[in-house]
Amino acid sequence: MDLQSLTYIVVGLTFALYIGIAIWARAGTTSEFYVAGGGVHPVANGMATAADWMSAASFISMAGLIAFFGYGGTVFLMGWTGGYVLLAMLLAPYLRKYGKFTVPEFIGDRFYSNTARVVAVVCLILASVTYVIGQMKGVGVAFSRFLEVDYDTGLYIGMALVFFYAVLGGMKGITYTQIAQYCVLIFAYTIPAIFISLNLTGNPIPQLGLGSTLIGTDVYLLDRLDQIVMEIGFNEYTTQARLSMTNTFFYTLSLMIGTAGLPHVIIRFFTVPKVSDARKSAGWALVFIAILYTTAPAVAAMARYNLTNTINQDGNYMLVSEKPDWFKTWEKTGLLAAEDKDGDGRIRYHADPEINEMVKVDRDIMVLANPEIAKLPNWVIALVAAGGLAAALSTAAGLLLAIASSISHDLLKGVFKPEISEKQELLYSRLAMAGAIAVAGYLGLNPPGFAAGTVAIAFGLAASSIFPALMMGIFSKKITKEGAIAGMIAGISVTMIYVFQHKGIMFIPGTSFLGDMGPNWFLGIEPNAFGSIGAMVNFAVAFAVSKQTQEPPAHIQELVEHIRVPQGAGSATDH
Amino acid sequence: MSSENNSDAKAAYWKENVRLILTLLAVWFVVSYGFGILLVDVLNNINLFGYKLGFWFAQQGSIYCFVILIFYYTKKMTALDRKYGVEEE
Repeated sequence: MDLQSLTYIVVGLTFALYIGIAIWARAGTTSEFYVAGGGVHPVANGMATAADWMSAASFISMAGLIAFFGYGGTVFLMGWTGGYVLLAMLLAPYLRKYGKFTVPEFIGDRFYSNTARVVAVVCLILASVTYVIGQMKGVGVAFSRFLEVDYDTGLYIGMALVFFYAVLGGMKGITYTQIAQYCVLIFAYTIPAIFISLNLTGNPIPQLGLGSTLIGTDVYLLDRLDQIVMEIGFNEYTTQARLSMTNTFFYTLSLMIGTAGLPHVIIRFFTVPKVSDARKSAGWALVFIAILYTTAPAVAAMARYNLTNTINQDGNYMLVSEKPDWFKTWEKTGLLAAEDKDGDGRIRYHADPEINEMVKVDRDIMVLANPEIAKLPNWVIALVAAGGLAAALSTAAGLLLAIASSISHDLLKGVFKPEISEKQELLYSRLAMAGAIAVAGYLGLNPPGFAAGTVAIAFGLAASSIFPALMMGIFSKKITKEGAIAGMIAGISVTMIYVFQHKGIMFIPGTSFLGDMGPNWFLGIEPNAFGSIGAMVNFAVAFAVSKQTQEPPAHIQELVEHIRVPQGAGSATDH
Repeated sequence: MSSENNSDAKAAYWKENVRLILTLLAVWFVVSYGFGILLVDVLNNINLFGYKLGFWFAQQGSIYCFVILIFYYTKKMTALDRKYGVEEE
C-alpha cells in the first residue's frame, strides 16, 4: 500500500479511538468536568500528564534543536524535566490536599482576596494562550506535512476533534484520550530510534547506543561525530556551547520553574484520589517523560551523524546523481535543499556559508526523516505522523481546559455569578471550552507577530507569576494578600517588559527600544531565559510588601497548616 | 492525643519534611546545574564508556537522577506520614 493511504488509515484509526473514548467518557458533573471525578490512578495520571506535557515541540522539534546545538541543547532536556522534582516536593501534594478545582482558586483562598484570584487568572491566561498558539500551529503543520491537506484545513480538523472530546468530556474525556495519545506518541518516537541505534551501533537501546562504538569498529559514536562535524567546520558536538554559561544556567532555571508553574500541568494532579498519589504520580509522569527525553539526545546525535555522513563520506562530498531517496523526498517538502553552486557535480556541506551547498537543512527533519533514513517500513512513517498529531492535540486540550476552567469556575462562579447552580456552571464550562477552542483556532489561523518564539516565553510568564505565588502560599504563613498580588504583578511585568524591550512591544518590529542584541542583555541573559529573574523579583517584592502589611488572619494561617499534612483529604470538591 | 500534642506533631512533621526537601533539592542542584552546567568542562575529562561524563550528566544522567529523587521523596514521605500519624485514612 502506498504511504499516503497508509498514513490516512493510521491517523484515521487513532482519531476514531479518541472519538470512541470521548463518547465513553462524557462528563455529567462539574467534578468530572474539572478533575475527572478525582479517581484517576496515579500511574494513569502520570501517563496523561506526560502527554499533556510533551507538545509538538518536544516530539518534532526538540531532537532537531539538540542535533544542531549539541551540548547547547541541554537547556531543553534538563529544563523540561527538572521542574517535576519541584512539582513533586513543593506544590503538587499540598495543592491536592487543598482539594479544589483550579489554580487561581487556591491563590484566591490562600490570599483571602478575589483580586488575587483575578490576577492569577490573568497570569494563567497570558501563559496558557501564548502556549496554545504554538500547539494549534503544530496541529496545522503536522497535518499539512503528513496528510498533504493545507494548513487551514488541518487546523479545522484538529479543532473539531478537540471540540468533540473536550467539550463533551472535560477533564474526564481529556484524561483518557491523553493516555491513548501517550501510547501512540511514545511508540512512534521510540520505534525509529531503536532501529537507528541498531543500525549504527548494534545496541537496541538508544540511551546505551549513544555511548557505544560504531558497528564493526572500535570508535565511539560520539567521538566520531565530534570528528566529522569538525572536519566540515562546525563546533565539536559534545562541548559546543549555546551563548554564555550564565545564560544556560538561567534559561534552564526558567524552564524548570515554568514547568512547575504551568496550570495545565498542576491541575492534572487534582485528579488523583490521595495526597500520596499526587507525589507518586509526579514520579510516574517523569518516568514516562524521561523515556522520550533520554531517547531524544540519541536520536539527535545519530541523525546528525547520518546526515553528515551521507553528504560527506571521508572527505568525498555526495554526488548530485547519487542522492538517496529520502533526500529527494524531503527536498520536495522544502525542508532540505541542496544546490551545486560550483558545478562540480557534488554537494559540499560546510559550516562556512560561502562554500556550503546544503542551502537548507530544517531542524525538524531530524525526527521527520528518521524512519526513511533508517529504511523502516511505511507503517512506521505513518505512525510518526499519528505521533506528532497526538503530541500537539493532547497538549492543546490540556491547555484549553486550564483556560476554560479559570473562566467558568474562577471568574463566573467564583467572582461574578456565585449564585449559579452546579448544572448551570457545567453548561458555562462547556461554553467556555468551546469559546477557548474558537479563540485558539483563530489565533492559530492568524498567528499574531509574537507567535514565533512563543513557547519559551510561556514558561517565563508562568515562572515569574504563578510558581512563586503558590510556593509562598504553602511554605510561608506570613505572605499577605498585598504581598502576593504585588509579587505576581511585579514578576510578570518585569519579565514581559524585558521581553518587549528586546523583541518589540507585543513583538511589533521596530518598537523594541534596546534592540535584540546580546550586548544589551542584562548579565547576558536572553529574553526567553528571563522568567527566572522575574521569579526572583516576585519573591523579593512579595516578602518586602508582606513585611509592611498586616499579617494574614488566623484562619488563613490554620488553612496553611491544614494543607501541609495529608490527613483528612477528600476528593477534590467545589466547597 | 490532645489537640496541642497533635499540633506539635504536625509542626515536627513539617520541619522534617522541609529538611528532606532541602537535602533532595541540593542533590537536584548538584546533578543538573553543578555537573551539567557549571562543572561540565572539568567532568568532560573523565570518560563513561563512549560518553564524556559532563555531557552524560547534561543529556542523560541528570534526568535519571530527577526520577530517582521523586521516588525517594515519595518513599520517605510515606514513612514520615506514618511516623507522625498524619497519613490519609
